[in-house]
Amino acid sequence: MKIYATYNIKGGVGKTTAAVNLAYLSAADGQRTLLWDLDPQGAASFLFRIKPRVKGGGKALIRGTKTLEGAIKGTDFDNLDLLPADFTYRNMDLLLGTAQRKQTRKLAQLLRPLAAEFDNVFLDCPPSISLVSENVMHAADVLLVPLIPTTLSVRTLDQLTDFVAGFDGDRPEIRAFFSMVDGRKKLHQEITQDLLAKRAGVTAAAIPALSLIERMSVERAPVTVFAPRSQAARAFRALWSEIRS
Amino acid sequence: MLTPGLRGYLLEPAAGDHETTSNSTSRHRATDLPPAALAALAPSFTVVAERGAPGSGARRLTWLDTFDWRLYRAGLVLELEQTRRGGRLLLSQADGTPQAEQPVTGWPPRRPAQDLPAGPVRDRIMVLISPRALLPVVSAVSTASVTRLLNADGKTVAWLTAERAGVTAAHSTGAATAAGTTAELPLRLSVAEVRGYPAQARKAAALLAAVSGASPASQPLFIAALTALGRHPANYTNGVDAEITAELPGSVAVARLLLRLLDTLELNVDGVLRDIDTEFLHDFRVAVRRTRSAIKLLGEVLPAEAANHHAQEFKWLGDLTTPTRDLDVHLLGFAATTEHLLAAAPADLEPFRAFLVNRRAREFRRLAAALRSPRFGAITDDWRKALLAVRDAGAPKKRRQPTAAELAARTTGRAFRRIAAQGGAITPDSAPESLHNLRKRCKELRYLLEFFAPLHDPVAYRKVVGDLKQLQDCLGEFQDSQVQREEIGALADAMLAEALTGHGTATAATLLAMGEVAAWLAVSQAEARDDFARRFARFAGPAAQPRISALLAEPGPKTP
Repeated sequence: MKIYATYNIKGGVGKTTAAVNLAYLSAADGQRTLLWDLDPQGAASFLFRIKPRVKGGGKALIRGTKTLEGAIKGTDFDNLDLLPADFTYRNMDLLLGTAQRKQTRKLAQLLRPLAAEFDNVFLDCPPSISLVSENVMHAADVLLVPLIPTTLSVRTLDQLTDFVAGFDGDRPEIRAFFSMVDGRKKLHQEITQDLLAKRAGVTAAAIPALSLIERMSVERAPVTVFAPRSQAARAFRALWSEIRS
Repeated sequence: MLTPGLRGYLLEPAAGDHETTSNSTSRHRATDLPPAALAALAPSFTVVAERGAPGSGARRLTWLDTFDWRLYRAGLVLELEQTRRGGRLLLSQADGTPQAEQPVTGWPPRRPAQDLPAGPVRDRIMVLISPRALLPVVSAVSTASVTRLLNADGKTVAWLTAERAGVTAAHSTGAATAAGTTAELPLRLSVAEVRGYPAQARKAAALLAAVSGASPASQPLFIAALTALGRHPANYTNGVDAEITAELPGSVAVARLLLRLLDTLELNVDGVLRDIDTEFLHDFRVAVRRTRSAIKLLGEVLPAEAANHHAQEFKWLGDLTTPTRDLDVHLLGFAATTEHLLAAAPADLEPFRAFLVNRRAREFRRLAAALRSPRFGAITDDWRKALLAVRDAGAPKKRRQPTAAELAARTTGRAFRRIAAQGGAITPDSAPESLHNLRKRCKELRYLLEFFAPLHDPVAYRKVVGDLKQLQDCLGEFQDSQVQREEIGALADAMLAEALTGHGTATAATLLAMGEVAAWLAVSQAEARDDFARRFARFAGPAAQPRISALLAEPGPKTP
């Protein structure tokens, strides 16, 4: 079982759209895939038309009174299941620890029993740096970091890389990709070219800023499903093809 | 993800149901569901046809089993599914739980299973069916359409599969239905659950169950297909299962018994002639032997002329089949034989195997010609007529005739006493012929016990037959080893003669290897000989006497 997590400290950078489309493409490859919508806003659940609700809430899952397995819902697509969001996830930090005793590997431990059932797991994380995101970083094999091509977001990537480098034991691989790229903006072009040249771990495939991607919330489906031949779908396929190899 | 079918329903077509519904909006494409089913689902779900979904489309299904239903009796169903994309073999339990599957391309089902390519299905079934061949039992052409059931959010919460199937009798030997017979099965609806939405699937199933004309699909498709053709699974047995009661006039009981044996014999003729697998000939021979024993031991209640004539004719049939069967036994055990070689290599025996195959082909042609001859046709026809006349005449009015129970007690007792006397006289110095003769008497007793099995107490019967079977195995091992050893000698002579005329391929290495096989047979014959006294004592010794007496004393009326 390979665990991918889409993560960025900032919101609105394309984490959920990436998680939804990449999870769908993984399933379409025939890989048994699970997407866990960890964001209490429940955007990924909404896109798959699944109610953002888990019996017993985040507390039952973290404390182990309910299994993750029992909360999983089938999506409309073969090989793709979803663990829905729940509004109580907003308190997940509190469940994961106190100032005295922090649990940073709880999510990894909770996911372990699913290894027999799934080939790939995607974690769609809420923005922020918190105990939840630290758990996600410990659980993930690959951190997928969407970057809007601005100087500040490049700084964020450096910070994240330094933070992960400080981990004891296994560290996730960091794969950054440009998201919401506007080809007409000179700054976007310069930053993407510069970073690609300087940094390893940045994918050549980038996700353009397109209104079709925003349309996902109207269609309530991955763009790779409702517009499979679009530029947006091609970009996600190119990204998935780079990441999985 | 889908879970296996939650529940299935049959829907008998009503007038107008063949029209499908259609709607112009993109989420309401045409479905193949009958209007009544659609109307039932409509208040709770949006129903959307899913073209090209897994499980949809046309497929040809052929169910396979051995002639004697070995897979079915083991609680298994084997299905060959052929679609445009290719073929696969699916092995499942009778309740539909999948067991194994493997892809097959260009594999014709009417072939010995040994030809199946390696794979999980082959691994699972070979031990069950060998040496029998897989035959098509029944086939169906089915078209399935898959429909999504959506909730108010437009989320798929259940899948509905509608399958229409037409079944065709496969041309399998012994089938009660002529090949090419077809029947339409009722529409089959099954609901599959989407993970996390069990209540919705249950609701859909309940709505369909309430549709007028719907009934739960209680049988798997395989059984439904057979039933539609008026057939039943496991309708062949090589056992004797004539309906006999204690009070039945002896002649009627014996006629029923012999008619049942004649059925078995005739059911196997086609398989023997088409040379599908070696068990057809084996079962054919058993039916002949049982018939000969019945004529010999019970023939007193039959018209003397018919009994005497057919005793001769069935002897002819038995002798006719012996050479082919003996060669079959050699060839079936060939792989095991090579495992016992110590000095020679298995390859040394290859010319011997080729020689056996050649011989077998020649003997089989002779056998097949005889089975197609007017003489064989006359034997079965005349015999059936004679037996039907006896069965339908009932008890003769002039002289008193024994009942089935009296006949059973008298003949079985006589057969047992003969074994006790002959077996008791055998010492370590007795000639092999005395064991051969005892083996024949044991077979006769076994047949009598089987013929009248419905009249015996089942527990005592099982124990006595179990001990008898062990004794027979020992005597069989002894005699078969001797016969095979003698045959190897004769075959070696024949191979040598061929080699001398320049036609054969026998080398010294082959003949030496054959010598090794003969030596090994001599060892196992000696072991069987050593084992005889113990086996005989267990069956007929003082400890066994009360059991036998109890069995023979009370063949009396046992109400079924």
